[in-house]
Amino acid sequence: MAHVALADKGQELAHPKTWIGAYVWSQDHKVIGIQYIITATLVGLVALALSAMMRLQLGFPGVFDLIQPNEYYSAVTMHGMIMVVFMLTAFFLGGFGNLLIPLMCGARDMAFPYMNMLSFWVYLASVIVLCASFFVPGGATGAGWTLYPPQAITEGSAGSGMGIILMLVSLALFIVAFTMGGLNYITTAFQARTRGMTLMRMPLSVWGIVMATILGLLAFPALLVAAIMMLLDALLGTSFFMPAISDLGEVSSTTGGTPILFQHLFWFFGHPEVYIVALPMFGIASDLISTHARKNIFGYRMMVWAIIAIGGLSFIVWAHHMYVSGMNPYFGFFFATTTLIIAVPTALKVYNWVLTLWQGNIHLNVPMLFAIGFIFTFIHGGITGLFLGNVAVDVPLSDTYFVIGHFHMVMGVSPFLIVFGGMYHWYPKFTGRMLNDTMGKIHFWVTFLGTYAIYLPMHYIGILGVPRRYFAYGSLDSFPDSVHVINTSITIAALIVGTAQLLFIYNLVWSLFKGEKASSNPWRATTLEWQTPDTPPKHGNWGPELPVVHRWAYSYSVPGAREDFIPQTEEPSENTKGDVH
Amino acid sequence: MAIAIILILLVVGSVIFHFMSPWYFTELASNWGDIDTTVTITFIVCGIVFVLANLFMAYCIIKFRNKSKDQRAAYEPENKKLESWLTIITSIGVVAMLAPGLVVWAKFVSPPDDAMIVEAVGQQWQWTFRLPGEDGRLGTVDARKISFQNPFGMNEEDPYGQDDILIPSSELHIPINRPIKFNLRSKDVLHNFTVPQFRVKMDLVPGMITWQWLTPTKLGTYDILCEELCGIAHHAMRGKVVVDDDEQYKAWLSEQKTYAQFASMQPGDAHAGKPLYQACAACHGLEGEGNQALNAPKISGQETWYLEHQLSNFKHGLRGSNPEDTYGQQMAPMAATLVDNAAIKNIAAYIQTLPDNPAPHTINGDVDNGKDLYETCGKCHGKQAQGKWAVNAPRIAGMSDWYLLTQLKNFKHGVRGNHPSDVRGKQMELMVVSLNDETMQDIIAYINSL
Repeated sequence: MAHVALADKGQELAHPKTWIGAYVWSQDHKVIGIQYIITATLVGLVALALSAMMRLQLGFPGVFDLIQPNEYYSAVTMHGMIMVVFMLTAFFLGGFGNLLIPLMCGARDMAFPYMNMLSFWVYLASVIVLCASFFVPGGATGAGWTLYPPQAITEGSAGSGMGIILMLVSLALFIVAFTMGGLNYITTAFQARTRGMTLMRMPLSVWGIVMATILGLLAFPALLVAAIMMLLDALLGTSFFMPAISDLGEVSSTTGGTPILFQHLFWFFGHPEVYIVALPMFGIASDLISTHARKNIFGYRMMVWAIIAIGGLSFIVWAHHMYVSGMNPYFGFFFATTTLIIAVPTALKVYNWVLTLWQGNIHLNVPMLFAIGFIFTFIHGGITGLFLGNVAVDVPLSDTYFVIGHFHMVMGVSPFLIVFGGMYHWYPKFTGRMLNDTMGKIHFWVTFLGTYAIYLPMHYIGILGVPRRYFAYGSLDSFPDSVHVINTSITIAALIVGTAQLLFIYNLVWSLFKGEKASSNPWRATTLEWQTPDTPPKHGNWGPELPVVHRWAYSYSVPGAREDFIPQTEEPSENTKGDVH
Repeated sequence: MAIAIILILLVVGSVIFHFMSPWYFTELASNWGDIDTTVTITFIVCGIVFVLANLFMAYCIIKFRNKSKDQRAAYEPENKKLESWLTIITSIGVVAMLAPGLVVWAKFVSPPDDAMIVEAVGQQWQWTFRLPGEDGRLGTVDARKISFQNPFGMNEEDPYGQDDILIPSSELHIPINRPIKFNLRSKDVLHNFTVPQFRVKMDLVPGMITWQWLTPTKLGTYDILCEELCGIAHHAMRGKVVVDDDEQYKAWLSEQKTYAQFASMQPGDAHAGKPLYQACAACHGLEGEGNQALNAPKISGQETWYLEHQLSNFKHGLRGSNPEDTYGQQMAPMAATLVDNAAIKNIAAYIQTLPDNPAPHTINGDVDNGKDLYETCGKCHGKQAQGKWAVNAPRIAGMSDWYLLTQLKNFKHGVRGNHPSDVRGKQMELMVVSLNDETMQDIIAYINSL
């Protein structure tokens, strides 16, 4: 016995004695995961509503007089920050990370359950502080989700008083929460795996989440120091990011700081952040595709190394967000090169997903539909990234709707399709009921086709030169009136897609009570979470004995095997010698 | 199966959309055709990947979808050879895009030595410009020197600055076929100087000078857009650049003033303005208190620079030329009687001497709602609605409230601010898009409460 999991060394889990202990102040990773998911979903709905307000303004200027410039720019900012950090990051790592890591690794819980619980409550506090900023004088910050100074803290921006301060405090809290959760995810995956679960037998979901967590622990500190420095600039009048300026006619007391420093700090966090969302998405997509195609993931080892390589490279590409920021333009050569290099492992992952389908036995279940939709949107968003990553090509497109189209395809639609796919896939394990299939299919088709109708045209009006973050366009000689027409059509598509998400929420609630009862392994999957003695798994996950792992996570359609899948816990037999891993 | 067909349709549809959509690059007006070429190369390489990868996926779904209970997938954990080939082909595609991109970028970072220098100055939320003058050298500037008298922040001691040509207007003229290096300077926050037809763009960063270069190749007038979120009127920060032939350019240049000329300009003379004011008094009243019955707003207590600007607008047809603007049309011929700028300045100076009594309140509304809405207005017009010269925002508190309402409606409906050269009016038009009659009254009720 080379390796003994921490949870196996005889110490007892603190079983809750009260309802509040079981469901509120819970230390059970599954409950915490669900708490994360519910909170992220609710705050995601806020961000969705904000996008509806923006789209009504852009699609029907002067008709729906819901918001003024002040609120519009607050909405732009809050939509972006909520979706990227408080929704997607929290959902993938806090949500799926909590639910899946211990189960997939064969642990009884996270390595530090109490800290795990604290992680959620601090995250909740960060969300509350963030949402409170809607109600302070001046409203929420309208600096754009990048929070660039000086405008983030000067008079001329929305929410430049309390709004930005609450945003920065909220981010600091989020980072504390993330750190507490993140240390758990990494420690659990590296130290609390059950017997036989070698690193190269781990499901790609765990690989993706763990690597993303490592990126987060390295990247978030840059944001934290940037937030603290900006708080000092805003509250104490320091000049970290503030040169001498004439602020609406009044000479500032600041001098000598540089706004570019903030941009470097922000994107040193901000680019890995893209992969903090993307790597779990890659991992979960791989598992969905493999399970529902009944075929091992193609090139597992390469997939693992690609995750690691992408994670590493993601730290040396950040300034591709800053090609036209006024930084030394010679940096462009370096960052364009590193950025296009990162395209290679990313492209290989796409090939491997598609090659997993090749000669598969594809079951077009709802999770699989979402996974296939994801491959399409990710290819689209990935290749438009090659436009923006290549410095000379980026110049005409930077700060236009092309950028909006690109990152919504790659960082909005793609991860959301995988969030949904993952929810349809794992819901039965954690609730004991299947999600309704019909509602799931409607949700998929409306979301998949609707989002393409939103974002494809955005790329083209971006090439035309239409700038992003405009409250109103009025009439411009440079652009034809058809831009207004497409803006209206984009808004209509967006409202339809937004409504379809409510159907998903309804499905989540309806199925909890009325959904078809789920068996313990409805998708006939190999990984450990489907082999628990109870569905949903009880506190502690595995009866008296921990499972023992004998093979990798992708033993699908092994020649000679009786079934088209072999659980990881099944011992090797003569018939399945061909299963090399 | 449906998903496979949809994937094929999406691929075909996307390709058709690419070629048929009315939205693509605006017609090029600079030397940066190379940038368009790199975009085309990227479209070709990426387009091939997009089409092949998705069609292959659709094919797999059709061919290998589950059709019977006995169906089994193949078992193939990896295929080293295939994986190596894919890596190599992808790398070649990446190099095919990267290499030309870097070559073009090498050109971008090397402005020609003989490039003409033009300084574009950004501030919330307008453009102004500065040319080096005869010595070919821009004088030094300092954000701390910026004031109403010295909006460019010129260093008055610097001899190189004296002949600098200041263009306090958002319209810039440049000569065709000459390389131009734009030095970009911001007075306050980040901005971005973009002319879509020129392709290149660069941020303006306070505290430092950034730059970009281009050679205009096509005569015409183009929009200057700010493409870096710079506050609540970001979308209203616009300018024009006119590409002239040499003669037109010289003519335009000869009308511009140097810093020395601006610095030595005489302020208006109230004494000389008094007799001129008599014509105004007929409607606006002897003390400039306004007369609602004659649709003449209160003008006493208004900022001098604003009065000058509006009189000039009326005189030159930027305002009051719209047939729907009945009252503006009455004002235009009156302003036309002022012979020159000096007369305008004198009148404005005289109005400055009139007693400033608050105008009576005639409009009611929901003050609390107005307060929330005023959050946007207050950024420029000031928390006390006292106006701010730096953003060209006039005083609106204590002025004729019925007039404010008329003007808000005029802006909203394009009656005012519609003239192509009325850049400041246009800004208001872009700010009031989402106001309606009721919310306008709420805002005015709040202003009345200040």
